[in-house]
Amino acid sequence: MKLNGAFWPSSKTLCLAQTHHLSSPREHTLSQAVVFFEVEILDAKTKDKLCFLDKVRPLHKYYPQWYAARQSIRLDPKGKSLKDEDVLQHLPVGTTATFYFRDLGAQISWVTVFLTEYGGPLLLYLMFYFRVPFIYAPKYDFTTSKHWVVHLACMCHSFHYLKRLLETLFVHRFSHGTMPLRNIFKNCTYYWGFAAWMAYYINHPLYTPPTIYGEQQVRIALIIFLFCQVGNFSIHIALRNLRPPGSKTRKIPYPTKNPFTWIFLLVSCPNYTYELGSWFGFTLMTQCLPVAFFTAVGFIQMTVWAKGKHRSYLKEFRDYPPLRSPILPFVL
Amino acid sequence: MSAPAMGTTKTAHSDVAPKKKRGPGALATAYLVIYNVVMTAGWLVIAVGLVRAYLARGSYHGLYYSIEKPLKFFQTGALLEVLHCAVGIVPSSVVLTGFQVLSRVFLTWAVTHSVREVQNEDSVLLFVSAWTITEIIRYSFYTFSLLNHLPYLIKWARYTFFLVLYPMGVTGELLTVYAALPYVQKTGLYSVTLPNKYNFSFDYHTFLILTMVSYIPLFPQLYFHMMRQRKKVLCHVEEYKTE
Repeated sequence: MKLNGAFWPSSKTLCLAQTHHLSSPREHTLSQAVVFFEVEILDAKTKDKLCFLDKVRPLHKYYPQWYAARQSIRLDPKGKSLKDEDVLQHLPVGTTATFYFRDLGAQISWVTVFLTEYGGPLLLYLMFYFRVPFIYAPKYDFTTSKHWVVHLACMCHSFHYLKRLLETLFVHRFSHGTMPLRNIFKNCTYYWGFAAWMAYYINHPLYTPPTIYGEQQVRIALIIFLFCQVGNFSIHIALRNLRPPGSKTRKIPYPTKNPFTWIFLLVSCPNYTYELGSWFGFTLMTQCLPVAFFTAVGFIQMTVWAKGKHRSYLKEFRDYPPLRSPILPFVL
Repeated sequence: MSAPAMGTTKTAHSDVAPKKKRGPGALATAYLVIYNVVMTAGWLVIAVGLVRAYLARGSYHGLYYSIEKPLKFFQTGALLEVLHCAVGIVPSSVVLTGFQVLSRVFLTWAVTHSVREVQNEDSVLLFVSAWTITEIIRYSFYTFSLLNHLPYLIKWARYTFFLVLYPMGVTGELLTVYAALPYVQKTGLYSVTLPNKYNFSFDYHTFLILTMVSYIPLFPQLYFHMMRQRKKVLCHVEEYKTE
């Protein structure tokens, strides 16, 4: 709910009391300028009446820096934010409504964040692959590795991030438009940092290709990687098809005709399962400890996300299939 | 950083305002009292050991060897505090406590123990003394707090001594790491080079330098945090006293 009310800028958490006199029982969403509303503003801490307004204008007209994406309006200061689609008449308030406002901080769109955090690894890895100067000893500048697995790894890594970029642009339907600005620094450090760390060793002149099972290991690893890439893509398509364009509906995902989606029978977030599988394959292919670390850290993070998603599915849907685990069938 | 591990924000908060906190149960409290008493005693043993060794030798040099074993034992034992936070019987952040204890343990084992040549350095005595005094005060502070009988002197000491002990400890630690650098580089201690079948490398020498650099942003933050805590805790008490 984006508030069309004025507020007092001195405290971050504000208290607004809203009385409304409606001449006719028409539905009013707060995204439309409502001349009927009268707003009384109270200070959140002292509860003093600060002012009374009888003509309400959109909040960001008074304070342009607090654009809609930064606004968090709630009925309880410590409660959950109200949604954009919420209608005042359907909220549990009487003739006097009290709202609390919180500034979420500078926001950035999810699409922007995804493009930046995925574009970095794509380019950085290629810089290491082509042995751009100042990374390795000068005699290796612009040389290429003699191991065919290094070329294969570059293709896989690049394919993976290209796929992610294209999915961001054409496949994903995001629930939230934005996230806090500081996330982009955090996320980019993670993705770019790990990509550079992995790429350094795989493309190093002293790189040692898999020794344990040699060529066979690389072949199996490639099959696992490709299988999981297709699987991950299938899940993304299936999730996209659950949601009509422009909407934010949430439904239980089910297996479709695509065999790669049959994993929905056992797992709530198979996109994470397949992602883990891809990186596991890449680890096997390159036999590189930094890649193993990256896979492990990603696994931990995705498990946290999967458990959260699983829990919210269970809370939202009474008839949620009981056989499903968050990320690993029967195990986790 | 590692020098006076004065505890974290939440622990300090609990003696500032009368907040409603669900403290540890009776059994947990008993265990914590025993833990803190044992740690106080342990660090007292180290303190006494240092003094006796100094009196016996007549110089500050080489006192590390006289307290090497209890230092390792009781400093490593502090790892339990991370467990206490994780389990919830102590209301502090696992991450913050873990970071502080790990940095102490790192200096004890990965630097002082591992690089024998630095054990004779005076910088070792500098940080060991700082740690000893800090820990004696800190653990007795916790003991008395748990028993709800905290003498003002202990509280004052905990929030005042750090002003000197913290920089003293940090100086000792940095000088010790710096002294270890040439030996680490010469012997390639804890380092892994390419090529190897896991395609990984680690240079402990560079790692130690980065550790030293990390003191630059971290030390002021922790130091000023303690100063703010000091103002909150000690000035608050004075307000009550004047009423």
